[in-house]
Amino acid sequence: MRWELDPSPSLWKVFLAYSLFVALALLLLGLLFLLYGVSPLKAYGLLLSPLGDSLGLAEVGRRTIPLLLIGAGLALAFRVGFFNIGAEGQLLMGAVGGAYVALFLPPGPWTLPLMFLLGGGLGAVWSGLAAWLRVRFGANEILTTLMQNYLVYYLVVYLVAGPWKGQMVFGFLYTDRFPPEAQLPRLGDTLVHWPTLLLGIAAALGLQLLLFRTPLGFEWRILGENPQAARYLGLKGGRLILLAALLSGFLAGLAGVGEVAGIHLRLLEPAQISLGYGFTAILVAWLARGRPLWVLFTAPLLGLILAGGDALKLALSMPFRVVDVVAGLLLLSLIGAEALSQRRLIWRR
Amino acid sequence: MLKLENITKRFGPVVANHRVSLEVARGEVLALLGENGAGKTTLVSILYGLYAPDEGRILLEGKEVRIPSPKAAQRLGIALVPQHPELIEAHTVAENLALGLDLPLAFSRRALVRRLAALLEGHPLGVDLEAPVARLSAGEKQRVELLRALLNRPRVLVLDEPTSVLTPKEVEGLFQEIRRLKALGLAVIFISHKLEEVLAIADRIAVLRAGEKVGEVWCQEADKDLLVRLMVGRSLAPPPKVPPPRKEVVLEVEDLLVPRHGFPVQGVSFALRAGEVLGIAGVAGSGQAELVQALAGLRPHQGRVRFLGKPWPRDPMSLFRQGVAHIPEERSMGVVGGMSVAENLALRTYPRFVRRGLLDYRAMEMEAGGLIQRYGIRTPSPRTPVRFLSGGNVQKVILARELQGGARLLLAMHPTYGLDVGATEEVHGRILELVQGGAAVLLVSEDLDEILALSHRVAALYHGRFVGPVPREEADRERLGRMMTEGRV
Amino acid sequence: MEEALLRAVLFGTPILLASLGALLSERGGVVNLGVEGMMALSALAAFAAALEAGPVWGVLCGVGVGSLLGLFLGVFAVFLRANQFVAGLALAALGLGASGLLGKRYEGTPLPDPLPEGVLAGLALILALGLHLLLSRTRYGLYLRSVGENPKAADLFGVSVDGVRYLALALGGGMIGLAGAYLSLAYRPSWTDGMTSGLGWVAIALVILAGWQPLRAVLGAYFFGLLFFLQFRLQGSVPIPSEAFAAMPYLLVILVLALSGRARAPRALGQPFDRGR
Repeated sequence: MRWELDPSPSLWKVFLAYSLFVALALLLLGLLFLLYGVSPLKAYGLLLSPLGDSLGLAEVGRRTIPLLLIGAGLALAFRVGFFNIGAEGQLLMGAVGGAYVALFLPPGPWTLPLMFLLGGGLGAVWSGLAAWLRVRFGANEILTTLMQNYLVYYLVVYLVAGPWKGQMVFGFLYTDRFPPEAQLPRLGDTLVHWPTLLLGIAAALGLQLLLFRTPLGFEWRILGENPQAARYLGLKGGRLILLAALLSGFLAGLAGVGEVAGIHLRLLEPAQISLGYGFTAILVAWLARGRPLWVLFTAPLLGLILAGGDALKLALSMPFRVVDVVAGLLLLSLIGAEALSQRRLIWRR
Repeated sequence: MLKLENITKRFGPVVANHRVSLEVARGEVLALLGENGAGKTTLVSILYGLYAPDEGRILLEGKEVRIPSPKAAQRLGIALVPQHPELIEAHTVAENLALGLDLPLAFSRRALVRRLAALLEGHPLGVDLEAPVARLSAGEKQRVELLRALLNRPRVLVLDEPTSVLTPKEVEGLFQEIRRLKALGLAVIFISHKLEEVLAIADRIAVLRAGEKVGEVWCQEADKDLLVRLMVGRSLAPPPKVPPPRKEVVLEVEDLLVPRHGFPVQGVSFALRAGEVLGIAGVAGSGQAELVQALAGLRPHQGRVRFLGKPWPRDPMSLFRQGVAHIPEERSMGVVGGMSVAENLALRTYPRFVRRGLLDYRAMEMEAGGLIQRYGIRTPSPRTPVRFLSGGNVQKVILARELQGGARLLLAMHPTYGLDVGATEEVHGRILELVQGGAAVLLVSEDLDEILALSHRVAALYHGRFVGPVPREEADRERLGRMMTEGRV
Repeated sequence: MEEALLRAVLFGTPILLASLGALLSERGGVVNLGVEGMMALSALAAFAAALEAGPVWGVLCGVGVGSLLGLFLGVFAVFLRANQFVAGLALAALGLGASGLLGKRYEGTPLPDPLPEGVLAGLALILALGLHLLLSRTRYGLYLRSVGENPKAADLFGVSVDGVRYLALALGGGMIGLAGAYLSLAYRPSWTDGMTSGLGWVAIALVILAGWQPLRAVLGAYFFGLLFFLQFRLQGSVPIPSEAFAAMPYLLVILVLALSGRARAPRALGQPFDRGR
């Protein structure tokens, strides 16, 4: 008996591998629900409940927005070989930048564009820092971007508890409400701030075009797949990585501005600004297989899981951490299924 | 002693071995002759437990055996010296050898060295047990591999292309050792694609072609022509003639110094004329890679380099624009496997296809179509990812891309490494065509026959110093071997 | 002064234990980015078992859960040859999430009889020394280092690459589990969601800082411990916001990574091994 590489797996086998892993993930998740003390079926029902009504769908849509923006950027970054795990922090940086413009600059028609610009800019600076540390010092970006998440986390806590704390919020940890000029329009009564949604769709389309139809994208794809070839051709690898990192950070920053200007209308505690969008977007990008366009499909899928997690939290007062569990299991089953379908068992000898 | 019966192995649609049967007796040297890609290494991998055969069986002293892993192979007394030394560079020689021993659960470094020294006492191949492997030459590494294989007192010893990294003198040493082992009663399987070596050492010769055994002869009865025909399926054309070089100097190198943990290239000087091929030989790791990389703009260097009388640009992009082509030491460096043939052909020239900021893929594929035809690249379509192409076709993609702009100078490193005879002939043909057109070629190769066949002048690198060059007419394998190993002309 | 050193050791112990665990599998070529989640889950398991059956069972349970999680990572990183980095990150999220979910009922429950910190701190030191000897003086250590440097060669030599890696993940997982148990049984004898507070990531960075050497990891861990102690001490007594202190270790990890970014890692680190490739 032998366990070896299968050079040409059949479609049937690929399908089987994915089904197997999804089933395993559901089983394990069900087991956790059982241990927690709720019926797995009821929990699954709640997880999918947002699909049932327009209100739920709006919830999914609202969560899709940041996932689109961040996911598109990460799909690009991963493709180029920059493993940006710090989108969460870049999003928070964006929120800080947006809040600064909203709270401290004179309001006017320029406020919203300026918020996006500064927020995106801060997000880009934040991811660019990690890229620079990698290019210049060889520091592993997975760890640096992750550590940066904690840094911004404490920065935001400091701001909302200290210098930026609102005048009339009493014991709460948040800033004053943004002026009307700094608030994004929404679709009807929902929390879907459509300008950011449009930005997200534009980002997915734009990055797809950039990656597959421009000379810059050509160089990115060379570097991402074969860094040695990039060196042999004389491409400027450091600059290409920095550029991809800046772009993905910029998009995450935009997502942060969207959250504070479209939903919360103030800067508040980090755990309330982002529901783990940065991490969930890794899944969005991983599922999209390095194709920013595919994010248009994978982002709503993960948006559904986030909305479902919220439903679980509300109905069963389950910790929101349940979303981490679902995301982690999903990610594991994806890479597991992909790996399994590329292997085979030989029974003879 | 050892018998393989009807071994078949497929990789997806590719049949690597088809019903191959072999037999080797105690005290016999069986040569497995075949060109690159004939399925020799696959067969050996099956014998050593690296792959499972799809069909067929293996018998050892009459009993059928199953070999599911290298460990099982070792237990059965089968030892392998792989084609490329697979040693752990960060460890010492002793630690590497220890992996082949039955070790106690815990031991001290000193006890290990003492035990190994005792085991190796009186063996003609000596090595420094405490040296880190990273510091050994290719020949020494192979000696370590051989010793490691012998520590287990094997019954069958398999040597996969053992001479490819050795100097002629080292080859002689290896042959002596093989004869000694043969006298001790070992069965030896010697794999090679070099006729002379096989004729010099083997008792019996089995020839593989395209995964099948096409013939088996006793060494005394073998003659070269017959073996070539068996191996290649046809007679070989005589090597092409190289026209004499012109007057014009293309490349001038003076006192080239390449820093990298010391100076792997020290004060190299030479001049290269239009239409000239300068062949550079050397023991692996003597500075060849650094020399080529420095000239190709991939490594900082000191010294004076002039190209067509002008100062040498130092980055790969300007070099290409000015007519310098570069075949990298490893094919995997020269292409991007997941990108299409058309894209790979445009890796240097893509800025030409930009229309209003976007890449014009139609134009790129049109041009690729022309190159595919001109260079005889066998691919289903210009959109096929390069990783689906065979090694020879990948090398043709690289050649086509590098030479398309009318190169004045070609830096070629191991241009035919691992290619079969047909592909090698094609690549050589392209290089000679280029030379006839007046380009200069710097040819670095580990294949001395290749260097001697194509070059006008030959030189060697010896510990980073340049030995020679001498005119081709005054050089032969032995002299080149001395230049490589003794650093004298 | 003496107190500072003592606290440094006690604060540094969980980092040391976790980083020894990660170091062990990394020497065998398997990156473990799941440390944070593994610590959280084993801390919870240890706490629950200690409540039910006493502290010794708590420790055993923490170590056992850590080992199992190590093997769980092995299923993906070794058996399936999946992307080790992604698998580790997913495990981190899964562990943190599952511990938050399952631990909700234990939030706020005090542990009646906590373990003395000193015992585990001593054990950690012994483990570091033991790991050093394991790597340099034993057959398994030689195999492990070989597998981490060049699995193809080790395989040709007849070493079972997968077997060596599973064992490394299980042993390393056990140490990470012990780190978790130390947190919930001795360091802060209780369970709170997120009690690992990033220590797992610090431990991973420490592996790099220590150049994959167990004895150097000891010094590094105590150095981090000292910083945590200073953070505690200076908080409130100097006019610097407490968030700045809280952020200090993470900033430090970034600096450390920048300083030691090009340290020599085991050559096959993070690469799945496949015989047929």
